[in-house]
Amino acid sequence: MAEFSLPKNSKVRKGRHHAAPAGAAKVRTFRIYRWTPDDGQNPRQDSYDLDVSNCPMVLDALLKIKNEIDATLTLRRSCREGICGSCAMNINGVNTLACTTGLDECKGDISIYPLPHMPVVKDLVPDLTHFYAQHAAVRPWLRTESAAPDRERLQSPEDRKKLDGLYECILCACCSTSCPSYWWNGDRYLGPAILLQAYRWIVDSRDEDTGTRLDELEDPFRLYRCHTIMNCTRTCPKGLNPALAIAEIKKLIVARRG
Amino acid sequence: MNDLRNPLQRALGLGSAKEGANHWWRQRITAVALFFLGLWFVALVLMLLHGDYASAHAALANPFNAVLMLVFGIALFWHMQLGLQVVIEDYVHSRWLGVVLQIAVRFYAVLAAVLAALAVLRIALGR
Repeated sequence: MAEFSLPKNSKVRKGRHHAAPAGAAKVRTFRIYRWTPDDGQNPRQDSYDLDVSNCPMVLDALLKIKNEIDATLTLRRSCREGICGSCAMNINGVNTLACTTGLDECKGDISIYPLPHMPVVKDLVPDLTHFYAQHAAVRPWLRTESAAPDRERLQSPEDRKKLDGLYECILCACCSTSCPSYWWNGDRYLGPAILLQAYRWIVDSRDEDTGTRLDELEDPFRLYRCHTIMNCTRTCPKGLNPALAIAEIKKLIVARRG
Repeated sequence: MNDLRNPLQRALGLGSAKEGANHWWRQRITAVALFFLGLWFVALVLMLLHGDYASAHAALANPFNAVLMLVFGIALFWHMQLGLQVVIEDYVHSRWLGVVLQIAVRFYAVLAAVLAALAVLRIALGR
């Protein structure tokens, strides 16, 4: 059966508390999931009272904790401007990017967990190996039959417009890890992010392998685990609509039958 | 986990079943049918609200109502089977239990649909 409760060694315990230094001006409390594979301990939730005077974004606060309070806090980050997707995590119950989430958007204490239902490498770092492998499995590149032209393959402005809302996906995995179908059947269900990426090539007017792409997606688990609850669209930090892309794929598969 | 397979091998799994569209389409068709049949069914029940056995019997014996009731039963149990199939696929991860449940649900759906059809036919054809 699908597992609805955590196994014993995954139960999150209360962790250490780091009080703010005296005279801190603007203090917010961060409750952060901590787990390391090295000590055999259960995960714990550490709390940090932090002076956030110079921290506009959640990522700023996390880096301040790492730099000034607790260097063992582990997280991924790179671009700090919402284009790399590295700092995707669960902030106050919502999967989003720490770098584009303002502290003023967060009410009360801020609890931070890694992306849900993924194996954890350490602290806020999830193991996305399978997610990336699923991306590779849909072969997300231009596939053509016709001979390579002497110049770029042309595309009309109208056809180019069809890629808007798709090409912006940064594969942060916020959507896929917000999807219960992906939680229960992520081993076989491709999930919203990968299906949106697949659709990005299906609608590309330059691609010539559309039929094969649809063949490879038509599967009770790969595609049809989507029951359109739209957590993906609600959580996408880039404002994209993976649920719509999935619906379009389903419509195309029906459309080609007659 | 001592799994030395390449992650891509795991992601590709057994490959695409190249089906699922039929299931998806039938689920939607039966849903649309049930929407209209449901309206008709509620209207019929409301009309019979204060009626007696004989008037209910007569209403069902009417060919128009009998046909719709037959279709209603078939669409209902067909839709139920399609829906429960998805629920089982979603949540039951034990292989043998999943197969047993899928078979049981199909048997139940067919039996219930035939039973419903027989009940309507006995009245409609005036045993």
